[in-house]
Amino acid sequence: MAGFNKVVTTYAEALAGLHDGMTLIAGGFGLCGIPEGCIARIREMGVRDLTVVSNNCGVDDFGLGLLLEGRQIKKMVSSYVGENALFEQQFLSGELEVELTPQGTLAEKLRAGGAGIPAFYTATGYGTPVGEGKEMREFNGRKYILEEAITGDFAIVKGWKADRYGNVIYRHTAQNFNPMAATAGRITVVEVEEIVAPGTLDPSTIHTPGIYVNRLIQGKFEKRIEQRTITQD
Amino acid sequence: MALSRQQMAMRVARELRDGYYVNLGIGIPTLVANYIPAGMEVMLQSENGLLGMGPFPTAEQLDADLINAGKQTVTAIAGASIFSSAESFAMIRGGHVDLTVLGAFEVDVQGNIASWMIPGKLVKGMGGAMDLVAGADNIIVTMTHASKNGASKLLPKCTLPLTGAGCIHKVVTDLAYMEISEGKFWLKERAPGVSVDEIASKTAGEMVVPEVVEEMGF
Repeated sequence: MAGFNKVVTTYAEALAGLHDGMTLIAGGFGLCGIPEGCIARIREMGVRDLTVVSNNCGVDDFGLGLLLEGRQIKKMVSSYVGENALFEQQFLSGELEVELTPQGTLAEKLRAGGAGIPAFYTATGYGTPVGEGKEMREFNGRKYILEEAITGDFAIVKGWKADRYGNVIYRHTAQNFNPMAATAGRITVVEVEEIVAPGTLDPSTIHTPGIYVNRLIQGKFEKRIEQRTITQD
Repeated sequence: MALSRQQMAMRVARELRDGYYVNLGIGIPTLVANYIPAGMEVMLQSENGLLGMGPFPTAEQLDADLINAGKQTVTAIAGASIFSSAESFAMIRGGHVDLTVLGAFEVDVQGNIASWMIPGKLVKGMGGAMDLVAGADNIIVTMTHASKNGASKLLPKCTLPLTGAGCIHKVVTDLAYMEISEGKFWLKERAPGVSVDEIASKTAGEMVVPEVVEEMGF
């Protein structure tokens, strides 16, 4: 790896340095736009006691569900963890800790974390269990709670195309949490469908500028669909 | 007779206005998209990062990278835009969405809403619901007026953990359209053939009944 060449060729290199007990931020919404190759590699590495920050936790045999299968997750920070029987089982047995966080607050915690803002006030969650024990403040007659930013030891991100500088674009709603995740990792690993020559991507359309990206790898993606809904025509 | 799910969606659709940006929750709210009046332009926002959500795709259009907040495959209309989750909730929290429609377990006379957690049952998470109710001025809750065993869902005070405090002003149930202000439910319309007495018997919170309660027409 020299200069601005962020490209690595193996997932072993991409995730070197990930250890037990670390905090891992993962992009994706449901199974859409998830870093499939990184998750598979982490399953293989067998690192344990991870705190995983991700909007959802995959399904039983795919996505972050694979890390549940390996009993590698100690704590999940998510907004919705619905579609996962393993999750339910590990949560009910007390093996797995869960911090439910409103979706917009989760996105903003990551954005703030990546932007060097330690905390922010939001009306979301005021007067609900989410607001309990948090600092409250009134601005212009409305009540807000203080929410703290999130950063991670590693962030794993799924992009569409990138160049060796680590400039990334996302495709459709596979974007979701990925751009914020990319900014909030001490080491950010991006896997993409295609690595293109520098200059191919229009600079003004870059979603994640390369400064946030440490390692880039070209992956292969199953892109499993969670709810296949079709119009009959 | 109590309104069907479709009729509840039709009643909600009467609150749409030309040029509205609208977020529809899962369940009955989703059906509202089927009743947008002809000639009216409405943009649907999906909180996973899509403004200008279209109908479900054909088998040929199916694309794993294009889903809605319910994780269903969808399409994007001409004029749509796609963005990150942070941008999406900036729109929501910042009050830029004109109308939000969502379901609930309970609402009360203070405009509190409970929609995400039943103690003792497995909690799956609030998703974007807390952000939606905190960010929108114009929210319509759709739900049945009472539970299957007859317990009112329109209460003096919510019994379940809240999704948001003091944020709900309009409720469409299978029996009535109500507004909430000054610590009371205000009965505005009743479902066809449903008596004010029946509505009153299924409304636990204080309810103001005007002299004439208009019957909804379909």
